[in-house]
Amino acid sequence: MTSENLELQAALYREAVPGGGHTSFILKRGQVLRITDVEGGANVSVMLLNAHQPSERLNLPDTLKGQHTFRLTAGQCLYSDMGRVLAAIVTDTCGWHDSVGGLLNAEEVHKKYGAGRYQELRNGFFRNGVDNMLVEIGKWNLDLHDLLMVLNLFSKVTVDAEGGFHFVPGNSRPGDYVELYAPMDTLVVMTALQHPMDPAPAYAPRPVELAWSQAQSEGIASACRNSRPENARAFHNTERLYI
Amino acid sequence: MSLTTSTLSPENAVFRHVIPAGEPYLFEVKAGQTLRLLDLEGNQAVDTLFYSASNPRERYDAQRTLRRQNKVYLSTGTVLYSNVGNPLLTIVADTCGRHDTLGGACAQESNTVRYALGKRYMHSCRDNFLCACLNDGRMNKRDISANINFFMNVPVTPEGGLTFEDGLSAPGKYVELRAEMDVIVLISNCPQLNNPCNGWNPTPAEVLVWN
Repeated sequence: MTSENLELQAALYREAVPGGGHTSFILKRGQVLRITDVEGGANVSVMLLNAHQPSERLNLPDTLKGQHTFRLTAGQCLYSDMGRVLAAIVTDTCGWHDSVGGLLNAEEVHKKYGAGRYQELRNGFFRNGVDNMLVEIGKWNLDLHDLLMVLNLFSKVTVDAEGGFHFVPGNSRPGDYVELYAPMDTLVVMTALQHPMDPAPAYAPRPVELAWSQAQSEGIASACRNSRPENARAFHNTERLYI
Repeated sequence: MSLTTSTLSPENAVFRHVIPAGEPYLFEVKAGQTLRLLDLEGNQAVDTLFYSASNPRERYDAQRTLRRQNKVYLSTGTVLYSNVGNPLLTIVADTCGRHDTLGGACAQESNTVRYALGKRYMHSCRDNFLCACLNDGRMNKRDISANINFFMNVPVTPEGGLTFEDGLSAPGKYVELRAEMDVIVLISNCPQLNNPCNGWNPTPAEVLVWN
């Protein structure tokens, strides 16, 4: 599902994140973050937290059960454990983002891809999602306590009748993008690494581009707010922060 | 779906405790001991979290557990992995057949989203978790991650939908887990009255432990 963006808005800032890179920043209330899969086949693991009280964070079970969904796409909201909207998925050209794959740790990456040390590979060394996230949340004085379930953007994992998982290659094409609108100040933590269930045998994380813009009105999120009554109530809870 | 019964006899259990409907319970199970969770009256969601007793920062990790078994439902043979990749417990018997770990626990705040703003003041699992954690003192809100809903049936469709179906459980159904390390077990015997996860009637559940 793609919602047409009729507003003319210049990006406030752009940044390229190389494959394997990690970063974090506060997406301010009213801002939109566009994440673009530059080459196709990217995966971006994402954590979202309340920038002012980070014990409030993305709760994927609440997000999934509140919207009766396993896949995430445009029109949906990413809920915190406190019943608020940390981000709304206002645009998505890709159609399916994964909620289940999580992150690999150093041991799992070594088992999957073999050895890839800095000593030999310099900045091409084999990074892993758990360490990348720990490093990044550590910069905000957070720790292992705070590392919960993550979202994996641009990746698709389906479930068959028996409950088995199937990673679907080719879900995201070059230029596909997703836009997150923040109705509150949201700490975004991310790393661009292959999806843990991606069967490709070689370590080859893809780059993404980030672009920040200011929403011209909160109408940009109206499709998300109105897509189901749960989301309207979650937006209401979010707006209570600012009364 | 295959069911596995246990040969353990309740009269040989070293520990038994009935958790009344809607209440929390926090206790420890030692490495090598077997823990049974027993649905006494049927269709009772038993919301459960596990922590390493020696370092409670190490805890149950729903995403790693699902990924390593490559399957969305928990049953006999499922190894429950921690957030640092160690096995916490293994499911060794299951007469229910399917348990959920995607649906999470109910909360005052999520009840306002799911049902109505006025549901805020109803009792909830995450209030139970917080109460037990803060009284115990070893864990706090940041340790409350995605839990297991024993005896709950939350099917995922091939199209990516998530549905809540009537429970597969019934009076006397149980699940048994062998502890692979010393663990803290944190349970909320779910008080939810707004959906069918407890068959609209929260009931007691029993825990039994064998050496």
